Amino acid sequence: MSKTLFDKVWDSHVVRKIEGGPDVFFIDRHLIHEVTSPVAFLGLKSRGLSVLYPERTFATADHNTPTINQHLPVADPLSANQLKQLEENANEFGIRHWGLGHQKNGIVHVVGPENGITLPGATIVCGDSHTSTHGAFGAIAFGIGTSEVEMVLTSQCIMQPKPKKMRINITGSLGKGVTPKDVALFIISKLTTSGATGYFVEYAGEVFEKMSMEGRMTVCNLSIEMGARGGMIAPDETTFNYIAGREFTPKGEAWDKAMEYWKTLKTDADAVFDMEYTFDGSSIEPMITYGTNPGMGMGISKAIPTAEEVEGGKATYEKSLGYMGFHEGEAMIGKPVDYVFVGSCTNGRIEDFRAFASLVKGRKKADNVVAWLVPGSHIVEAQIKEEGILDILTEAGFELRQPGCSACLAMNDDKVPAGKYAVSTSNRNFEGRQGPGARTMLASPLVAAAAAVTGVVTDPRTLIEEETLELA
Amino acid sequence: MAYDKFTILTSTAVPLPIENVDTDQIIPARFLKATKREGFGDNLFRDWRYNSDNTPKADFVLNDPTYKGKILVGGKNFGSGSSREHAAWAVYDYGFRAVVSSFFADIFKGNCLNIGVLPVQVSPEFLQKIFDAVYADPNTELEINLPEQTITLLATGEKESFDINSYKKDNMQNGFDDIDYLQNIKGEIQEFATQRPF
Ligand code: SF4
Repeated sequence: MSKTLFDKVWDSHVVRKIEGGPDVFFIDRHLIHEVTSPVAFLGLKSRGLSVLYPERTFATADHNTPTINQHLPVADPLSANQLKQLEENANEFGIRHWGLGHQKNGIVHVVGPENGITLPGATIVCGDSHTSTHGAFGAIAFGIGTSEVEMVLTSQCIMQPKPKKMRINITGSLGKGVTPKDVALFIISKLTTSGATGYFVEYAGEVFEKMSMEGRMTVCNLSIEMGARGGMIAPDETTFNYIAGREFTPKGEAWDKAMEYWKTLKTDADAVFDMEYTFDGSSIEPMITYGTNPGMGMGISKAIPTAEEVEGGKATYEKSLGYMGFHEGEAMIGKPVDYVFVGSCTNGRIEDFRAFASLVKGRKKADNVVAWLVPGSHIVEAQIKEEGILDILTEAGFELRQPGCSACLAMNDDKVPAGKYAVSTSNRNFEGRQGPGARTMLASPLVAAAAAVTGVVTDPRTLIEEETLELA
Repeated sequence: MAYDKFTILTSTAVPLPIENVDTDQIIPARFLKATKREGFGDNLFRDWRYNSDNTPKADFVLNDPTYKGKILVGGKNFGSGSSREHAAWAVYDYGFRAVVSSFFADIFKGNCLNIGVLPVQVSPEFLQKIFDAVYADPNTELEINLPEQTITLLATGEKESFDINSYKKDNMQNGFDDIDYLQNIKGEIQEFATQRPF
């Protein structure tokens, strides 16, 4: 029977099917961090269980870490305790641990791919919903709860019903200043935050074929924001070139064998999806969100829709606009901006900083803007320095912070104050996500750069000169 | 962790007719620093429930003594966003044993089932009926019958059935969890693992 890419990977990981219930689903690689793992370890210990395959789990500290002065002890005692527990649990159970200050430390979904932990055809889970990022490699990757973290630790399996299948095709090519982030925000604005609930998405079509690995990661990362458990893209030469030679990728004969398998990871021509959408890539413009969920996005040159134009209840819509201090029918361009955040597992990789730098180069940071530029990992941080990007940023009046999740969820001190407006390259504009009362507008690194240098929401296309386009 | 058995729950309900309630609202990230699962109920819906000076917001339903009970009734797409199981823990720790909505986000729904909170998905029409009934009479009771998979407005007898897979249903009725199951098939899993290329 013809199969989709998703079927091929899923079916090869089913240990056992339960009649009228979920599949017992094998997990190849498991990522853990300090926030969603402590209770799982507590559970293990209270039941007297061990970790079945410690070499299949990787620990990094990211959610709760400071992004300045990482060499100093962590000031907040609760955060320090979580970091300490992660380290102790990792040591006790023989799990590889990249703690604060380790040269491989960084955001869990940045370090996984960077070190070759993420592979095509693998299953990857983590107690973080943006685990969907790793689907960019043709892996099945999704976020799990802490009870499931405990299951994976002790049995390398979770119990999951197989999701339905959706394919999203984007044809043609993208216009000037339009980035993978815009593609993702565009899709979510069309499907809404619950439009893909119950589905696993495959992204296909020319736009994704031409996209870099990092761009694909940005798109797959945001799959969860339309309710999908995950999203994936069939592996191709771009994928193989990216993973070759990384620390945890197979080597020598094992690589050749893996390649043989990986080349079979495509959706068969006549395979059927439960749902399919097709959009024209050239119709997408730089996007920005105006509300309090990622589905509330719009082309940056457009006006904020009226309640009648959107799905869902009027009361919920009004509550959302009220929180943002916006009104129906207003333009987004020209809205004041107080903070700019570039980072997170969505847009905290080297290409994101290259894009940001391409636009701020030769310009100056606006005085009214506080900018937090937070690399996704130490490896990204090192690249930023090696490539001379740091010099461009410094020249334009920006500072670089140290890696971590930072203002993406504002668990550390990087909180946007109440009522202030932030243009953020992260993934969630929920009420209070970036700090109590903070007002978030999600956008690409280019839109963030345009806001950072002008101090207001600005269409980056008006600032882009022809030669900087390629960098973006 | 094994949890309380769930069979029939009869209770008044707390209405929260907001759509797309995300897990950042259920439990904001700054309260995720604890390393135990108890105690999150105090901060359930923290920023909707309290002002920044920690005084209760009078107009939020959890601060309104009119509405109480073990059933939380939410708007469409309840529990979207972050995978934090802390959201389900907070709902449980506050005292809810079931959440009713016309649509749940996947991960939240799974997390609830894993810790013994029953997610009950009803039609949008029935959801509206529940809201109307609770607003008309806050003492109105709902009965959630897991063995029969029904939810009933006791005052009128109007009922609807809901879905749950038989494996999870069995777990909830008996207070088992997935780890019990997985421990029993460890040999099969280890055999499977030897076949994995990476
Ligand atoms: S950057 Fe944000 S979304 Fe990504 S792992 Fe960290 S908290 Fe989660």
